[in-house]
Amino acid sequence: MDTALSEPASPVAAAGSTVVVCRALAASQHVTLGPLKLDCGVTLDAHRVAFRTYGTLNADKSNAVLICHALTMDQFVADPHPVTGKPGWGDTLVGPGRPIDPAKHFVICANVLGGCMGSTGPLDIRPGTSEPYNLSFPVVTIGDMVRAQAALLDHLGVESLFCVTGGSMGGMLVLQWAATYPERVFSAIPVATAARHSAQNIAFHEVGRQAIMADPEWHAGSYIKHGTRPARGLAVARMAAHITYLSEAALQRKFGRQLQGKDALGFGFDADFQVESYLHHQGKSFVERFDANAYLYITRAMDYFDLAAQHGGSLATAFRGSPTRFCLMSFTSDWLFPTAESREIVRALNSVAANVSFVEVESDKGHDAFLLDEPEMLRTLAGFLRGAGNARGLKP
Amino acid sequence: MADLNQKTVPRDGIRVDLQLIADMVAPGTRVLDVGCGDGALLDHLVRFKQVDGRGMELSQAGVNACVASGLSVIQGDADTDLQHYPSGAFDYVILSQTLPATRSPRDVLEQLLRVGKRAIVSFPNFAYWRVRMRLLFGGHMPQTEALPHRWYDTPNIHLCTIDDFRDLCAEMGVVVEKALSLDRRGRTLGLLPLPLANLIGEQGLFLLRRK
Repeated sequence: MDTALSEPASPVAAAGSTVVVCRALAASQHVTLGPLKLDCGVTLDAHRVAFRTYGTLNADKSNAVLICHALTMDQFVADPHPVTGKPGWGDTLVGPGRPIDPAKHFVICANVLGGCMGSTGPLDIRPGTSEPYNLSFPVVTIGDMVRAQAALLDHLGVESLFCVTGGSMGGMLVLQWAATYPERVFSAIPVATAARHSAQNIAFHEVGRQAIMADPEWHAGSYIKHGTRPARGLAVARMAAHITYLSEAALQRKFGRQLQGKDALGFGFDADFQVESYLHHQGKSFVERFDANAYLYITRAMDYFDLAAQHGGSLATAFRGSPTRFCLMSFTSDWLFPTAESREIVRALNSVAANVSFVEVESDKGHDAFLLDEPEMLRTLAGFLRGAGNARGLKP
Repeated sequence: MADLNQKTVPRDGIRVDLQLIADMVAPGTRVLDVGCGDGALLDHLVRFKQVDGRGMELSQAGVNACVASGLSVIQGDADTDLQHYPSGAFDYVILSQTLPATRSPRDVLEQLLRVGKRAIVSFPNFAYWRVRMRLLFGGHMPQTEALPHRWYDTPNIHLCTIDDFRDLCAEMGVVVEKALSLDRRGRTLGLLPLPLANLIGEQGLFLLRRK
């Protein structure tokens, strides 16, 4: 019925998630650290962090920049993805002459705990068994992810970060970093994010998770043992999520009601419209590089994020006495993490007299704008980093 | 840098009235510039007075320009967003040429003096003699250099005179540490007798503190 979704999975996908992980590990640095005590009460005796670094740490170790990736991104921020071959997801942000420049900065980007690109997650073999964790992997939180990253920084000898930045879920990690390790964060740039996941966003995540779990090939999470993958469920989850990353205006501008490879309506349920075929493509290509169980775990971590709740219900308390210079950014057409969410963080920061800048960037590209070549965003980022660099005594 | 505090030394090109405001700010202090526009004054204060400076600006273009040049500025509204700052958070809160555009000038003034130990406020003087003449003999809403807008597109909804402002300060029990009237070019007219200041000053510039 649905051509894009009923096709057999590509050779890469069929070979299984472990191949993806192996490629990710081969293409990045990784280190095994631990133990790591998780918010759920479980302690991981050891956890692996897969990461990429660019540039070099300067003599006084003052130029480290940590980039926190979003839900479905990974450590390959500025070099080609080992599975898809596509350029790094943060190519416009990180690179020569870019706001974050390996010639000036020591850039670190790590796959989050619970991820599927080499860091410890549900795909890992459960210690003492020969089976992957699957659903027996403990539910992790944004706080756990940040503690795992902090352990990585200890390993790398980075005591204090010049900047920690990220968008969407990456922005949640940035906020958690600033709240948990204020003395280690000189400046923080949370982009298109929120201090807690909204009911609407939890609802969208639940749709995605239910799509995965409704796929008979999911096998209650044990699909590797069964030699299958819940590719259709994961693709539907991605399709639904992808709509939330765009805006009505962007969809209309890009696709309108244009038909896909035909002149007239097909009077059936194949992809008549370009927007359908686009979504199918998004779903299909996602499945080739992402693991379904990891998707469940990471979306759950976002759902559980509520920075105020961690601090007695007061977001301001999370930042009291913070020495960090903050720069928040939102986008006018982002309805997943709307400007109001950023403003709430700004108000909390103001109420404790923190050093904060806030810019709302005009864009019709929706939530995804934070990943795109938005000149105004990049100009603002560059300016903020220049100012922070001066204050830090970095060479311009 | 100390000599930069002396008014006679010529400095880089900020507007003369902004320079007078800068002269009121002690070096190394904490400053909030409300309605900081493109950040010219704030940038000057950060660079030449080493202040810990923050800005608030209504226009998105202004905010983005400020942040892109390395200043700490948020988009915000004097009427609604000052309340989020803790009391005494700043040594100075500056409100330059923005007071008549606020919805509740008295509340804003109260907030300025709650958030800041001192407030620096400048505004166009509606009792300036040219303004009086335009209205008296022209019969039209006055347009001057300090009041360039037409009646239907002006952001200024609460215009006042230097004397009005003094009255409000007295009524609120606010201490006027310094009051200057400025000429058309923003230069200080020195210490004039009060009625004269209200007549020939195109702008009023006040340094205020709580009692």
